Amino acid sequence: MVVQQRLLVVFTLRAAWKVQQHWAEVRLWRVSLFWLEISLKLHSLCGVFLGVSVNSSEFPSVFPPAACRLSACCWTEMSALFPAHLDLEEEEDLEVFSKKTSLTDGGPNSPSSMMNQYRLEAEEEEEEKEEKELFVTVDHPESHVTAIETFITYRVLTKTTRSDFDCSEFEVRRRYQDFLWLRSRLEENHPTLIVHPLPEKFVMKGMVERFNEDFIETRRRALQRFLSKISEHPLLSCSPHLKIFLTTQDLQSHKKQAPGFLTRVGETVRAVAHSVRGVRSRPEEFTLMQEYVEQFSSKISSVDKVTQRIIREQREYVDEMKQYSPPYSQWGGMEEALQLPLQEVAGCVQRCSTETQLQLQHLSTVLLPALHEYMLCADTLKAVMRRRDNIQAEYEARREAMEKRGDQEGEEVQALQEKVEVCNSSLQVDWSRWRSSMRTDLKTALLSTAESNLQHYEKCLAVWETFLLSQREEGSEQKEEEAP
Amino acid sequence: MAEDGREESVAADDDSQHTAEDGIHSLNNTMVEEGPTLLRRMEICVAEAEKRSGKNTVNMQETFTVYLIETRPMDALAEGRNPAPDSLWRRYSEFELLRNYLLVTFPYIVVPPLPEKRAEFVWHKLSADNMDPDFVERRRVGLENFLLRVASHPVLSNDKILHHFLTEEHGWKEVVYETGFQAKADSRLKALSATFRVRNPDKRFMDMKHYSDELQSHTSQLLRARARVADRLYGVYKVHGNYGRVFSEWSAIEKEMGDGLQSAGHHMDAYAASIDDILEEEEHYADQLKEYLFYAEALRAVCRKHELTQFELEMATQDLISKKQQHEELATGIVRTFSFKGMTNKLFGQEAPEQREARLKLLEELIEEGEEAVKDKTVECEEHVEKAWVDMQRFKEQKDKDLREALINYAVMQVSMCKKGIQMWSNAKECFLKM
Repeated sequence: MVVQQRLLVVFTLRAAWKVQQHWAEVRLWRVSLFWLEISLKLHSLCGVFLGVSVNSSEFPSVFPPAACRLSACCWTEMSALFPAHLDLEEEEDLEVFSKKTSLTDGGPNSPSSMMNQYRLEAEEEEEEKEEKELFVTVDHPESHVTAIETFITYRVLTKTTRSDFDCSEFEVRRRYQDFLWLRSRLEENHPTLIVHPLPEKFVMKGMVERFNEDFIETRRRALQRFLSKISEHPLLSCSPHLKIFLTTQDLQSHKKQAPGFLTRVGETVRAVAHSVRGVRSRPEEFTLMQEYVEQFSSKISSVDKVTQRIIREQREYVDEMKQYSPPYSQWGGMEEALQLPLQEVAGCVQRCSTETQLQLQHLSTVLLPALHEYMLCADTLKAVMRRRDNIQAEYEARREAMEKRGDQEGEEVQALQEKVEVCNSSLQVDWSRWRSSMRTDLKTALLSTAESNLQHYEKCLAVWETFLLSQREEGSEQKEEEAP
Repeated sequence: MAEDGREESVAADDDSQHTAEDGIHSLNNTMVEEGPTLLRRMEICVAEAEKRSGKNTVNMQETFTVYLIETRPMDALAEGRNPAPDSLWRRYSEFELLRNYLLVTFPYIVVPPLPEKRAEFVWHKLSADNMDPDFVERRRVGLENFLLRVASHPVLSNDKILHHFLTEEHGWKEVVYETGFQAKADSRLKALSATFRVRNPDKRFMDMKHYSDELQSHTSQLLRARARVADRLYGVYKVHGNYGRVFSEWSAIEKEMGDGLQSAGHHMDAYAASIDDILEEEEHYADQLKEYLFYAEALRAVCRKHELTQFELEMATQDLISKKQQHEELATGIVRTFSFKGMTNKLFGQEAPEQREARLKLLEELIEEGEEAVKDKTVECEEHVEKAWVDMQRFKEQKDKDLREALINYAVMQVSMCKKGIQMWSNAKECFLKM
């Protein structure tokens, strides 16, 4: 499908524009940054229009045709990117993203190889914040008490260089419900994009109190992750809802303007109806995706369980270690020549137990949250796949109905078909992006864990080696005393 | 550890020039010989352990373990010859018998303890089964240690029964019983009553007794805490083994991450498996601590013996005094203290002069005996105090040295464990980098 290739090129070019090294190559395409931005906004707007058109029955005659014309515009513009002599194969999909395959046999300056190279570099330059144009932090949790309820708000600080924002800095206060609102808006408007999950409402096991310090800190971190992921996402970061979330002081009034309860009910009913019917011919790549998602969900859940068990065992080990040091020092208290070595061993044991506690903390604050996040991602992926299936099912249903009636031209069906294509392509692109991001995130978390374990052992090693050294010095001193 | 014996003996080297035959002869004949300890003349080791079946005292079939004791004359080895060792098999109960004999025969010596009869301070994975091969192996080491300590002791090593134990397999038990040591053993009741009723025990011994109580309490507390820590550490390592399985399964569905995850999983398995050896080694450290836990008991026994001899001396002295008093009363007629005799005299009149004479004579004999007894007891008590004090000093030095070494060994084990951990996690890190 050529559609997603074009989209891909546009994304790439826009990102490449930010990196000075690639300007020369980008100029070969003879497009301006402004054009690239507009194209992408058009595309996202198409998605919004389609979404609105499906959901609102009031303007069937306005949105679908408008959406169609916009998308036609978009594709026309984009096809101008590709001069006639370039030979792009239609089969090649997302293999572009993998390092092993290349799009064409073009030379080093061809767009395909440039795309590959850019992708490679982008994966390695994950940390560069200069490339980020939207930088969000979540901090300063505060408790608010009203007559009806008590809740926590967080300060959301935004720093941006983007031209579509009025200022370069924004500061607002948001509560968990506000994050939920943002996420549900994003999911509604981009049903087949992978929107990063939010931390859970409350944790049932362990009966964690909502206002417990650890819980608040864990949630704050997860909320920041969520906003970082959204602001890094090429499509979602352009969402108007995100902008409102980050900039508007009074969010409550905006929330009231959102599509109402009834519309959402309608959507759910339609979704259920279509899922009952099922999808006739799901494209193979999505079947594979589904299988992967199921397996990934179960594996990541296992890793999470094992990690939790390790944390439990290690906690008990630390408790016993704390009890292990006093017997040494108490014994040392009643000895003479042995007093010093015994007290020193007591000290070593105590230091090691402190180190183990630190390492335990690292596990709880770095590895476990990362695994948990991806467990929630797995659920999100399942939901995305369901929605995609629903969209396809709806299209198939309408088309069948149309064929039964004998209608030849159905603008509605045409719109649905476009919608299916758009959704599929955006999911494909986002899927790749998600896979790569997952790999990076989990790799980082695991590396960090290995590093923390290494440091723990190195510190304990130093503790015991110091003891041995002091004993050897004492021993050689004694020998000097004994020698006449 | 038991190499002290070699350093301690001051005697000249001419002893080691005895030939093998001379050596064995002198072992059989002499009882007390100052100078070089047995260990200088003879290399001793407990080489193996075997399971045997046999009928026990109540004629029931039972399985037990026997240990092979091998001995070789030291001078033969010094001359470069390599003779085959003499060997015999002994059961744990025979070791116990030997030790009981030594305890009774040398009550002023802190007799080295045997390894534990049953596995105590057991943590989860360690079995409390006496037939468990690891337990048997550790016991073998403990028994060898016992023999080396006894054979390097300046006093204990020259004992005939000990030599018999090491050289004559059959008939040793009869020889031991023939010494009649069991009759010489102090009854528990006697010892206990002495502990409560003694008036003037030597303060140094009382301090030692107090020390032995504390030593026992601290070492057992430490051993318990260590066992619990070992248990938990075992749990932590083994749970990491689950990562191996899970990473391997996960790697099957991933493309780029697959290799890295799978090799990391292998390292996690290796990490989990490494704890078995680590903790087995730590058991040797626990055994060293246990030895001194049991040594505390031996130390206390020496102090109790002192209390007993002191008490008997006090009793004998008291007895003598009262007899002298009776004699005086009878002789002079003056009743100094309230006595039954005085009362009956007043009530029923004095007795006849012949009876009085007879009684005076009896009393004089008894007084003579009593004075002898007091003399003997005094000598016994003073000798015990002198010899015991020497041995307790020796014990103290040995204890300080041994336990310091044990702590150093423990630190070495911890260092080794940390190094293994560093290696494992470095490998895992490499694998994660490849992901």
